[in-house]
Amino acid sequence: MAAAQGEHQVIGYGKLTSVWLCLLALTALTVWLSRLDLGISRIWGSLAIASVKGGLVIAFFMHLRYEGRLLRWLLFVALVTLAIFIGFTFFDVLYR
Amino acid sequence: MMPTRSFWNDTGRTGIAAWLFSTDHKRIGLLYFYTALAFFLVGMTLGGLMRIELMAPGRTIMGPQTYNALFTVHGVVMIFLFIIPAFPGAFGNLVMPIQIGARDVAFPRLNLFSWWLYVIGAAVVITSLFTGGGPPDTGWTFYVPFSERTGTNVSLAVFGVFIVGFSSILTGINFVTTIHRLRAEGMRWGRLPLFVWSLYATAWVQILATPILGVTLALIIAERLLGTGLFDPTRGGDPLMYQHLFWIYSHPAVYIMILPAMGAITEIIPVFSRKPIFGYKMIAFSSLAIASAGSLVWGHHMFTSGMSDRAILIFSFLTFVVAIPSAIKVFNWVSTLYKGSISLEAPMLFALSFILLFSIGGLSGLILGAAATDIHVHDTQFVVGHFHYVMFGGAAFAFFGAMHYWLPKFYGRRYAEKPATVAWALMFVGFNITYFSMMLLGIKGMPRRYYDYLPEFAPLNLTSTIGSWILISGILLLLVNLFRGLRKGEVVGANPWGGATLEWTIPSPPPTENFEQEPVVTHGPYDFSKAGMP
Amino acid sequence: MTTPHHQDQAGAKLGMWLFLFTEMILFGGLFLLYGVYLARYPHEFAQAGQEMHVVFGTVNTVVLITSSLLAAMAVTAIQRDDCRNAVLFLLGTIGCAVVFLVNKFFEWSSEIGRGIYPNSPTLAAGPPGESVFFSLYYLTVGLHGLHVLLGATVLGVVALRAQKRTIHAGHYVLLENGVLYWHLVDLIWIFIFPLYYLLL
Repeated sequence: MAAAQGEHQVIGYGKLTSVWLCLLALTALTVWLSRLDLGISRIWGSLAIASVKGGLVIAFFMHLRYEGRLLRWLLFVALVTLAIFIGFTFFDVLYR
Repeated sequence: MMPTRSFWNDTGRTGIAAWLFSTDHKRIGLLYFYTALAFFLVGMTLGGLMRIELMAPGRTIMGPQTYNALFTVHGVVMIFLFIIPAFPGAFGNLVMPIQIGARDVAFPRLNLFSWWLYVIGAAVVITSLFTGGGPPDTGWTFYVPFSERTGTNVSLAVFGVFIVGFSSILTGINFVTTIHRLRAEGMRWGRLPLFVWSLYATAWVQILATPILGVTLALIIAERLLGTGLFDPTRGGDPLMYQHLFWIYSHPAVYIMILPAMGAITEIIPVFSRKPIFGYKMIAFSSLAIASAGSLVWGHHMFTSGMSDRAILIFSFLTFVVAIPSAIKVFNWVSTLYKGSISLEAPMLFALSFILLFSIGGLSGLILGAAATDIHVHDTQFVVGHFHYVMFGGAAFAFFGAMHYWLPKFYGRRYAEKPATVAWALMFVGFNITYFSMMLLGIKGMPRRYYDYLPEFAPLNLTSTIGSWILISGILLLLVNLFRGLRKGEVVGANPWGGATLEWTIPSPPPTENFEQEPVVTHGPYDFSKAGMP
Repeated sequence: MTTPHHQDQAGAKLGMWLFLFTEMILFGGLFLLYGVYLARYPHEFAQAGQEMHVVFGTVNTVVLITSSLLAAMAVTAIQRDDCRNAVLFLLGTIGCAVVFLVNKFFEWSSEIGRGIYPNSPTLAAGPPGESVFFSLYYLTVGLHGLHVLLGATVLGVVALRAQKRTIHAGHYVLLENGVLYWHLVDLIWIFIFPLYYLLL
């Protein structure tokens, strides 16, 4: 397990810049969507966009795409835990 | 023969500063041990005083406000300053790196920093008792709205707990990294001692749940200082959200307290039965299962507080699920004993009583976890009895067992067996008298945290108080015998108990670098035919 | 296995990620409250959202995303043993952090000037949901601001070390971890932005 994470992948400036452009485009998109009258689905839409943006930051800026499987699994566990903390609270809040 | 060189003296640094700023996991472990033990004694004294107050109806030795402060401080000290830091901090630090064949933890300086944060946080908590509006009187749960309105020094106490929580997080990060990165060659996951497995599961709970405690406590401070009104119904807040946030941490925290204790028991039982552990994989798995399932059940603390019925149903069901991995552990311990060559020395006595007391505590937990019965015993002395069976009869008894089992390793000397047996017997008897009486009182309807009670509860309260005297005398005898033994008792060799885990392959006390050369592990932790070799 | 004196880079990075998880969950508690109160007061939240400065929020989003880009480029630079550029990129990141905080200062001043702050008489007179929204806004963004401050300080230390060449292509885990922390600050903001600013 130690060897798998030893090597480091260098990510070029070009690739980073294109990720940055994607992030800017998504920001523009989410601001534009917020101007439309979409009702409650808007909050889900903007959360979806935020998740994509977060995914890009994690995968490229934070190099997770190039790390071993371990970190990915651990991140998954942490996010699932957070989702459970939030989700299970709604068992109470939604049905009270 | 004691080795002349050990971590006590081999670096040449032996002054107080060399201890307070040491990055050696063994020294930090002992720092944790003595700090936690000191807080245990403080908490025990407060508990004893409460029992004396409750000896008879009406005022006995203190006024109601003092009593409220007492049960709050008893809870805060015992939970945040004793049990949570004690097991990972003391025995986790002392034993875990050696058990995996490492020289130290992954981040030794961070480890020292964790201890300092713990001490600083504790100092802040202690300061809060004597400054401002006086010691907090909210109960250790700091429930709103009272914790926002009371004039006592809640903000400072909560801030202290916040710092201690941060210390706990750092320990968790350190341990997960250590177990992932620093295992010796041949120390596969399937060869990890089960104590290490339990610490691994604990560390994950520390990492994933403690931040919620942090934000919850920060919110109390914000509510008190800024008036944010997030839990104030008149301004749109919801007090139940406080309870959700608090228990999202504090229920998993129960498993921070009990999991390492279970791990220690799992080390002691096979060694004193001279038999490999039964069901290694299931025990390792059940540690992880308890940690994850335990994070899903916080709502069972809120059945009577106005939560939705559907939530009550779901949380009640999930609570029963946690019983499964806990039962797996109990069955495996008992199966390990079966046809073993059992030797009843002090660590084993504590381990065996752990199984019984934890089972009573766990099963009485199911009475509380079932929504229908919970309505009747919620917030009664039954709850107090229940969680003392788990926390004291479980975690603390395991802690005392671990003291007898592992401290000789680090002192090179051991306690005397006979007084230890007497002390154990006193504790066991006193414990059951004290807390079983409380369970009975709860079923009869006496609420918890009440200063006064109806005359019909008097006999059982008196019984409970007398039990607490027996219990405390047992603890004092135990400590005197243990520490006298560690100072001038019989010298032990590298492997006094015949254990097969790595800590028994190195001298007692070990040198600072633990292993003369990096060990190459060739067998499992409970393969007693190869005891004493890596 | 590595000896203790040799730096275990992968271990240090694992430790940093674990720390980032705790930060995510710390903010997660506030997002939890946001979710619950949004479900209870959708209209009041939408009303309150109209009081927010979308322009400030958008500019700060762009600033933070850019800062993240610069931070990521600093890692690339140090991997290529280009210490000079690494330091420059880090200074750029810190510059972005300063711009962000200055923006924040003006935004909060304007809001507080209009009587919007926790426990203010204006909010106390308004509907309950709005006061909850703004209390959460101040707490979440305030906590995030503290993290910006902390992250920028860490990167400042890292830049200093890179300048002194104690961080270099053979040994840059401190830079990598500092940058990871900075990305987390960005990550949190990516979720704060739509939840608080775009909820018109």
